[in-house]
Amino acid sequence: MPLLEVRDLAVRFSTRGKTVYAVNGISFDLDPGDTLGIVGESGCGKSVSSLAMLGILPPAGRVSGGQVTFDGEDLLTLPDERLRHIRGNDIAMVFQDPMTSLNPVLTVGRQLTEALRTHLDMDKKEAAAEAGSLLDRVGIPDARQRLRDYPHQFSGGMRQRVGIAMAISCQPKVLIADEPTTALDVTIQAQILELLRTLVREEGMALILVTHDLGVVAGVCARTHVMYAGRFVETAPTAELFANPKHPYTVGLLKSVPRLDAARKQRLDPIGGAPRDQTSEPTACAFAPRCAYATSESWEQLPVLRELDGATGAAAHRVACWNPVPERDLVAAGIRRPPAEGQSSAGLGEERPA
Amino acid sequence: MTDTQQVDAAARQDTDLVRVDDLKVHFPSNDGLFFGRKGNDIRAVDGVSFTIRRGETLGLVGESGCGKTTVGRTLLRLYDPTAGRILFDGEDIASLSGRELRRLRRRMQMVFQDPYSSLNPRQNVANIVSEPLRVHGLAKGDEADRRVHELLDIVGLPAAAANRYPHEFSGGQRQRIGLARSLAVNPDLIVADEPVSALDVSIQAQVINLLEDLQNDLGLTYLFIAHDLAVVRHISDRIAVMYLGTIVEVAPADELYARPLHPYTRALLSAVPIPDPAVEVNRERIILTGDLPSPANPPSGCRFHTRCPYRQPTRCDDEVPALRELASGHTASCHWAENIESGQIQPRQDAVAGPPGGHPDAAAPRPVG
Repeated sequence: MPLLEVRDLAVRFSTRGKTVYAVNGISFDLDPGDTLGIVGESGCGKSVSSLAMLGILPPAGRVSGGQVTFDGEDLLTLPDERLRHIRGNDIAMVFQDPMTSLNPVLTVGRQLTEALRTHLDMDKKEAAAEAGSLLDRVGIPDARQRLRDYPHQFSGGMRQRVGIAMAISCQPKVLIADEPTTALDVTIQAQILELLRTLVREEGMALILVTHDLGVVAGVCARTHVMYAGRFVETAPTAELFANPKHPYTVGLLKSVPRLDAARKQRLDPIGGAPRDQTSEPTACAFAPRCAYATSESWEQLPVLRELDGATGAAAHRVACWNPVPERDLVAAGIRRPPAEGQSSAGLGEERPA
Repeated sequence: MTDTQQVDAAARQDTDLVRVDDLKVHFPSNDGLFFGRKGNDIRAVDGVSFTIRRGETLGLVGESGCGKTTVGRTLLRLYDPTAGRILFDGEDIASLSGRELRRLRRRMQMVFQDPYSSLNPRQNVANIVSEPLRVHGLAKGDEADRRVHELLDIVGLPAAAANRYPHEFSGGQRQRIGLARSLAVNPDLIVADEPVSALDVSIQAQVINLLEDLQNDLGLTYLFIAHDLAVVRHISDRIAVMYLGTIVEVAPADELYARPLHPYTRALLSAVPIPDPAVEVNRERIILTGDLPSPANPPSGCRFHTRCPYRQPTRCDDEVPALRELASGHTASCHWAENIESGQIQPRQDAVAGPPGGHPDAAAPRPVG
């Protein structure tokens, strides 16, 4: 049985008589040590799904269906007290802006020791020592001194390290990081991603990384789910997804970002149109209005995730599309190299076509 | 004829639309909360020189707090320079005021990062787009209406947009409205400060393509300020890299990526995530330690020496490096650029992460439930 099992999770928001169908049935499994990326654009439901799993949706939102099973318990039906215990102890979260998760009027030391004392029953002295070593663990210089500082005395990158230190303080089995580097500069982003990679490797945590940045998942996650309009439209091992994307939306995303390591393109290929207005439940492919491959089937029937080739289990590549992008178009778009399987050993320099 | 007039005449004839010489912009700072205790000035821009050629796109990159936005705003005299000269088409902007300044400002416009806060929510699109026309007395009444429709068409918005309000539009569409407004006065120069950073990737590409089309059709010159190096490389002809108030490297876009000469540029490039796991797993990253030092109290010598993985025992700490031309059109301010490029000087070992075979578990597919 997997550590975390999400089945058909659905979330709705109700505002002023309007209902927004934010998440429309997503399912995935997570095992210890897994690194899972969830990629999508604003409003696709990627952040809302993780909030829903932990029972911390904003008041207007509610889970309208599905199960989230952690260690045999369904988080969605647990009593608050038990859920609070799991949240923090077993599943912890890192937010985009750690300022929102840190209390501005308490020192960082106070906040860290509070978590350690309530969740792990440490005494004051033990907790203080542990808090110091946690800050040290996430690479904050002069860790012991800095316990006395308030959140605003830390820079953005350092604050995110504090947020990560708080999240890992109770040695959670699952760490959910929601856009953890979006507010940071690239060199600081590189530091934080390196820290997350190290933590997953050394602590054996499972990581769910929610982001809009394809480059970030490419460097961190072993498996990636692409989300559009509240549903997973494609899921595959990360290397396979980038080398052999099948869903027109995934291909569209890859084509619309300029790449630092490839020859400069004359023009970018944007995805036309705008994301789906989610005030009704999808009954057909939500991407059809923006899709060059859409057929009458796409407009009439909701595609579900299905395996494309024989691969199952860990290697499974699933796509929810009536008309997956054919290989010749991937070659034409420069995503798939004609000889194929030209995967490893492509350094920054060698990647550049002459 | 005075000295400056001679220089001005020369500048007008050559191909540079903008010429910035040793620009400094310092902001006074109060250190203490009470008693108005004076602290060190924030030296946001501290001796920056560059040119922007007519019709080109100059990219200005750097991390938050490096002074890139201040440079852009000072070009339009939204801030007053502390020292230095800014020649726009041969005229020194720093010395102008009143009517003269307004006349020149008509030729330069700004596009802002946040399309949500840069448009007045109580004005309809027609009013927003025609405001510059009214301010500069260029058109009113029917003529202004015609011009608004023309502008909306140029930026790819339907004519019906004119009577609607900003909240009715998505981020990408709002950025188009901002662009229409800046184009209303037929400017020569557009300073675009992070124009696509707030947009989703699929929408980003639409706006970038639009910026390129407008440049081709209207002969615009861009100063494109952004932190996303992949986007900047895509759109720019030349790129200037800023660090802590100074420019550390300037080069043609492709050259900068193929052959970065300043250690900061190298670190910056190696930090950009590439959307390709096959590349990411084999990449060598230079991980900079620490944060940007305070611009109120910049490090002595080379400003980057406190974080530089190539720092040497001599010169770096106490000698300010000049921008030197190391290849045609490619300047960098590092004492050791040649030795670093030739490989004689290697980065500190602990600053390098993920070399070939480093930690394969990071991105290699592993069994996943």
